[in-house]
Parts: sequence; structure tokens; C-alpha cells
Amino acid sequence: MSIPRPKPEKFRLRRTMMFMNAQKPGLIKDAYIYGADSIMLDLEDAVAENQKDSARFSLYHALKEIDYGNTEVIVRINGLDTPHWKEDIRVCVAGGADGIRIAKTESAQDVKTVEKAVEEAEKEFGVEVGRTLLMAALESPKGVLNAYEICQASDRLFGVALSGGDYRKCMQVKVIPGGIEMLAARGHMLMAARAAGIQCFDTVFTNINDDEGFRAEVKQNVEMGFDGKSLVNPRQINIVHEMLAPTQKEIAEAEKIVRAYREHAAEGVGVFTIEGGKMIDIAFVPGAERVIKLAKASGIYEGDL
Amino acid sequence: MELKTVGTAGTLESSDIMITLEPAQSGGIEIVSFESSVMNQYGRQIKAEVLASLDRLGVKNAKVTVNDHGALDCTVKARVECAYYRGCQCDVDGTYPWGGVIR
Repeated sequence: MSIPRPKPEKFRLRRTMMFMNAQKPGLIKDAYIYGADSIMLDLEDAVAENQKDSARFSLYHALKEIDYGNTEVIVRINGLDTPHWKEDIRVCVAGGADGIRIAKTESAQDVKTVEKAVEEAEKEFGVEVGRTLLMAALESPKGVLNAYEICQASDRLFGVALSGGDYRKCMQVKVIPGGIEMLAARGHMLMAARAAGIQCFDTVFTNINDDEGFRAEVKQNVEMGFDGKSLVNPRQINIVHEMLAPTQKEIAEAEKIVRAYREHAAEGVGVFTIEGGKMIDIAFVPGAERVIKLAKASGIYEGDL
Repeated sequence: MELKTVGTAGTLESSDIMITLEPAQSGGIEIVSFESSVMNQYGRQIKAEVLASLDRLGVKNAKVTVNDHGALDCTVKARVECAYYRGCQCDVDGTYPWGGVIR
């Protein structure tokens, strides 16, 4: 009982973030068995207005007593325009959540407001200041346009996520196969996140019976450069993991780069060629290391790096 | 804080437990009804958890109704605490004692 969770890692692998209603005991008790990288216990939209109090008690005890293992535990709190968010933050910090997802983020100030309340809660509950990570959900054109300032607003911020439902509503568009209605938002948010050096996550795909449509969207996510995706159904987890997994060819190339870099770095050489004549410098190394990490997480890595 | 009115929390869904607390002037903690789908295996443990939670919250007198559908300890505690705060009708946002009497 009450095993404190290890200190959260800011830039861990987050291919899949699975939403779970924090109010439903049947869901939260075995949320980790599905194998998502992160679970997102929801205090916001999934919880009815008259159950906001009840969801916090469930959340607190789940955080304290359920062993989620290596699964990251993030909590989506209610928006800053509601009376709930301050108490939501207190319970997240007291319970030891790894991170907090800020709903409807529209400005850097929104992030700073949450950060201040988180720090106060850390002091109140004797939690190491800085432990609790943040991520921001952009749900409106204003939020998307302010993405860069939002991405830079806090050292705790590991990433931004797009929330398609509200964004589409504001833009007066519906879900279009191929995602033309979301293209500008996705592209803008990705650039802002990369420029600020944080992660970027795509919105949920809600038609759980449309496997083909889901795969097409994940493929586009991968090609655009997303780190991961928010999910609403456990069935979607393995599909994303499989589609984000590197190919054996990519793994072999990454291994060559990492090995060659290590050898050359020891000798003080910064630019070198690998087998096949490709010229490599230090800029290739983080990408190669990421491929190895993904391969390991996908269970397909057989090397020794 | 004292119970002012009937406080209820939880549902009849699987893995959940519904707790109702009714204020009383005296008579201690009286469990007026206790139903559980796992009575034989866990009935005693659930009852003990309900009483321990009420004790932590400082509830001396109350009539308690329990309808369990296989809740884990963490859910039992959560529902007792929620029923209590609802029955107290106090607006305690910003001051819930997480890690204090709620633990």
C-alpha cells in the first residue's frame, strides 16, 4: 500500500496516452494492464458536473494504492474557467500524479497560473518542488496560434496535445477523412513544440469501429512527426505501437550511427562516414538513439546498445 | 464538521460500492443494511474498511447503508469520504485534507 511513485521522467516515451474516467472504479483499477505508455485519468469532460467531488476521492486513493508500474499517470484537470481546477491540482499533487494535463490552454499565462498552484500544492503536501510535470491541451484556434509561447511557458512542460473536438467546433468544421480540417493546427503545433524542444501529441480518433480510418490517421501522425496520440479505447494502443515501431532497416542504420558516433567521439572526431558512405555528424545521433529506444519499447530490438 | 443531512456516494456498477450516511444524535455507528456481491469472501474486510474510514473522519453517530458490488479498498474509502463530505454540506474546496483524514 501507498508505494510512492518514482520521480517522473520529463522526456520519456509517450506513444499512447489512454483516457480513463477517474470516477469509474472498474476502469481505473486495471488501467495499466492495457500497456499504454501513459494513462490519462480524467476529471474533466468524462465526469458529470455533480460527480466532480466524488471523482477526486476515487482519484486520490487510486493514485495512492494502485500500482501502475511503469505506466505514466497523468490527470486531466478541469479548465481554468471552472470552479474545480484548484482543488483538482491539490489532489493530483497530494496523490503523487506524474503529470497534469491542462485543458483548454490559450496562453502562456494559463500554464503559469497552473504552475503556481502546483508549486503551492507541492509545498503544502511536502512533495519535491518541480516533481509534477505539465502538459498543455490546445483546444481552440487561439490556443493553437499561441502554441509557441505556451510551449515555452514552463520548465515542467513536457508536451502539447491537440484536442480535436473543441477545435473543430470553433472552426465550424467536421471530421474529414485525410484530416484537411486539422492540417494547419497540427502543422503549427508541431513546429511550435519542436522549436521549444518539447513533445507533441495528436488528438483522439473517436470512431472506434473504423480501424482503417484510425490506421490512416496514425500513419499521417507518424509522417508529420508526432510523438504519440491520445486514445479513447484500449484496442487502439497496439495499433499505434506497431505503427510507430521502426523497421529492421531503420534499426540497423541507427545502430551503425550510434556505434560509430561513440567510437569517433572517444577519438575527438565529430564528422565521420558510416558503411555505405553516408556522412554523419552529431545532429544524427539523437534521432538514432530515439529509434533504438522505440525499438526496445516495441519489443523488437535484439541488439546490445 | 458534522453530518447535517443524508450523504450518498457511489453507484451500483460492478467494482463500485454505494454508501449512504444518515445523521444520528446517538447510538454510535449503526449499519442498518449491508449487501455485497462478495459477502462471503470480503464482507468482513469491507465492513472494517467502512468503519475505519468513518473513524478517521471523526464520525461518532450515523446510520450507514452499504451496497457493494466488489469494490476494492481504495473505492470503499473514496465512497465513504465522499458521502461524508456531501452529508456535511460544507464547501471545503481548497482545503480538503488529502493525506490527513483522507488517506
